[in-house]
Amino acid sequence: MSTEGKYVAAVYLVVFVVVLAYVLIIALKLQRLERELTELAELAVQKKKDEERKAVAVG
Amino acid sequence: MAAAIALIFFYAPLDQDGLNQKIFYFHVPIAFTAYACFGWGGWKALRHLWKRDPNADLESYVAIHLGVIFGLLTLVTGSIWARYRWGHWWVWSEDQLVLFLVLFLFYCAYFMLRFSLPPGPQRANLSAVYALFGVALIPVSVLAIRLSQRFIHPVAFDKHGPQMAASQFFTFCVALVAMLALGATLYHLELAGKRLDLRLRELREALQ
Repeated sequence: MSTEGKYVAAVYLVVFVVVLAYVLIIALKLQRLERELTELAELAVQKKKDEERKAVAVG
Repeated sequence: MAAAIALIFFYAPLDQDGLNQKIFYFHVPIAFTAYACFGWGGWKALRHLWKRDPNADLESYVAIHLGVIFGLLTLVTGSIWARYRWGHWWVWSEDQLVLFLVLFLFYCAYFMLRFSLPPGPQRANLSAVYALFGVALIPVSVLAIRLSQRFIHPVAFDKHGPQMAASQFFTFCVALVAMLALGATLYHLELAGKRLDLRLRELREALQ
């Protein structure tokens, strides 16, 4: 590849790498949010069960 | 984006500058996308101050965050191009470059201001005012090439229109639309993530 070609390739590569890194960071964040959502859903189910148990005990 | 890359390498003809002119089709649309992001961030900041739109602060922050990323890409791609064309990574005497750097650093400082304050209305208001000040720098940066006396930076658009062949201009327009679409997609992706994060935090507080 010529020197000129290397500079052109470098520019396109830099853009590709930065966009890829950005998308990867967002993907990692979405994974974390999914984990948190699962945790909260479990917490909500647990809370509902506790409330039902309390209602039965009172009744 | 694939169509833009195909047009750049297989359709747009080479001009007297040679192969390095292909950098133009990415460097300029990236710079325009950075301006668009900063402009959108300023508009959302105005909406926050004017209409008290509850979502505008977060939208302004995300737009400026993306603008800084595109701004960094503009500086890096421009420097690589300059190294080949002028033999220097950076030319301090060139108004266009220095003004773009000033704009970029100004918006970098936005994050320092924003994260030095606790979350709340004060942070949102100060960030919005700062973002609005930055908008004034955008036309100065865009017009700097006209104000410059040296013209080391190439002039692709002047008062007579685009200084390139029709096929090159068409390729440039497709690349610009592709870059703006990429910017808009990343903006919505990041915004959705940030909103989801906020809602989950609220949900966690409600459950505990």
